[in-house]
Amino acid sequence: MKTIVVEIEHLQKSFDNNQVLKDINLKIEKGENLVVFGKSGSGKSVLIKCLVGLIQPDDGSINLLGKSISGIEDKELTVLRKKIGFLFQSGALYDSMTVRENLEFPLRDSTSISKEEKEKLVIEALENVGLKDAIDKMPSELSGGMRKRVGLARTLILKPEIILYDEPTTGLDPITSREISKLILDVQTKYNAASIIITHDVECARLTANRMIIIRDGISYAEGTFKELSESKDEWVHSFFE
Amino acid sequence: MDKTALEKLAPHPYLKKIKVFFEEIAQLTLFALRFFKEMIRPPYEFNELVKQSYLIGYKSFPLVAITGFIMGLVLTIQSRPTLVEFGAESWLPAMVAVSIIREIGPVITALIFAGKVGSSIGAELASMKVTEQIDAMEVSGTNPFKYIVVTRILSATLMLPLLVIVADAIALYGAYVGVNLKGDVSFPLFSLQVFGALSFMDVFPAIIKTFFFGFMIALIGCYKGYNAGKGTESVGEAANSAVVLASLSVFIIDMIAVQITSLFI
Repeated sequence: MKTIVVEIEHLQKSFDNNQVLKDINLKIEKGENLVVFGKSGSGKSVLIKCLVGLIQPDDGSINLLGKSISGIEDKELTVLRKKIGFLFQSGALYDSMTVRENLEFPLRDSTSISKEEKEKLVIEALENVGLKDAIDKMPSELSGGMRKRVGLARTLILKPEIILYDEPTTGLDPITSREISKLILDVQTKYNAASIIITHDVECARLTANRMIIIRDGISYAEGTFKELSESKDEWVHSFFE
Repeated sequence: MDKTALEKLAPHPYLKKIKVFFEEIAQLTLFALRFFKEMIRPPYEFNELVKQSYLIGYKSFPLVAITGFIMGLVLTIQSRPTLVEFGAESWLPAMVAVSIIREIGPVITALIFAGKVGSSIGAELASMKVTEQIDAMEVSGTNPFKYIVVTRILSATLMLPLLVIVADAIALYGAYVGVNLKGDVSFPLFSLQVFGALSFMDVFPAIIKTFFFGFMIALIGCYKGYNAGKGTESVGEAANSAVVLASLSVFIIDMIAVQITSLFI
């Protein structure tokens, strides 16, 4: 039996009078890629931000790596966050730092790692995303696809057990989108990490999903493999894949 | 209920504005309290503090130096005719020195600092917020408030007094140049007149208030940037309101400082 690394039960979140998440339930096993699909504004990004404590849910429970994050202390949350990688929609690279400094940033507190080891980790992470030559460039010198790759390299440097991808292919051309999707698969194979991939890109979902969840009106509306959902008899679900 | 009755029940627009103003003051106070709390608690971001001190202090030096020189020169040239009229031309170095050290040096330098540093902090933090860099920092296990806000406020608080001292010195040199444009006063004599006119109570309160100027300028810049909205227009708004409020706060602090200082003179 595989280990459950993420477990969400009855998650709810409202902003003023707008209830974005009404009742979200999901489980992810170690090494599994779960794609969360849904229309824009359906609360997909809110869901993963609740997972890392960037947004506080109103109700429901979230268990990450066997620990409940409701009422968790700041110190414990910081430790837990180091085991979770988050790839932001824009890459969220620190503008004032070079690619090297961006990648070294999550390692700042790791006093047990020597300078040489840090350098090795940075190069290894950049090699994994095929951008070793960009090590001394500033984020402003990188294209959209390169920024996402560097963002992914920064996410991977702490070898996370869970990776959250927020719209990893949005704003990219089809070729770069496919490269990013393949990179997500490579990461799954190499790191055996569980991933939640938030997207509305059907091709990305087809390439990366082991399992999919579709959110509608704040609930987990449908669940299954890409094949099952794309052949669904539910018209609304099926319309995503047309 | 008819419209007139509804209008009577609705709060007056000015009352709404007053409410928003006090809410903003309360939020700023909470932000300042959080700064003190995070400043005391380890870990300390020394490297970032040094980097920010370099960016905020050293990089502001040329602008402050040029402004200081012009300030001293212009004040001297403008003051001369009036003093000549009263036959008090020999008082020129002393009068200019007291004006610069007590008031003009700290206030003008703080206003220049608010324009350069306050706006830059506001815009930088707002841009980091919009592009999710602050969120990225938080999820990577770094406390963004400590790393970004505490270091910038501390740097500005420590750097502005140093810049004011430098600006005052350069402004006095500008005054020396100004005095010699239409007269002939040697540098030792000018220095003797300047330092003879200055007392401890001229210099000490003037330097102390600059710590508060620096603190408020960076605090407002950080507050506006850190709490910016999500759209790109919020970057401009944060930079603009940071400069306006920081400049206003400089005058308010100055007014309070003068009242306190006058109790001891």
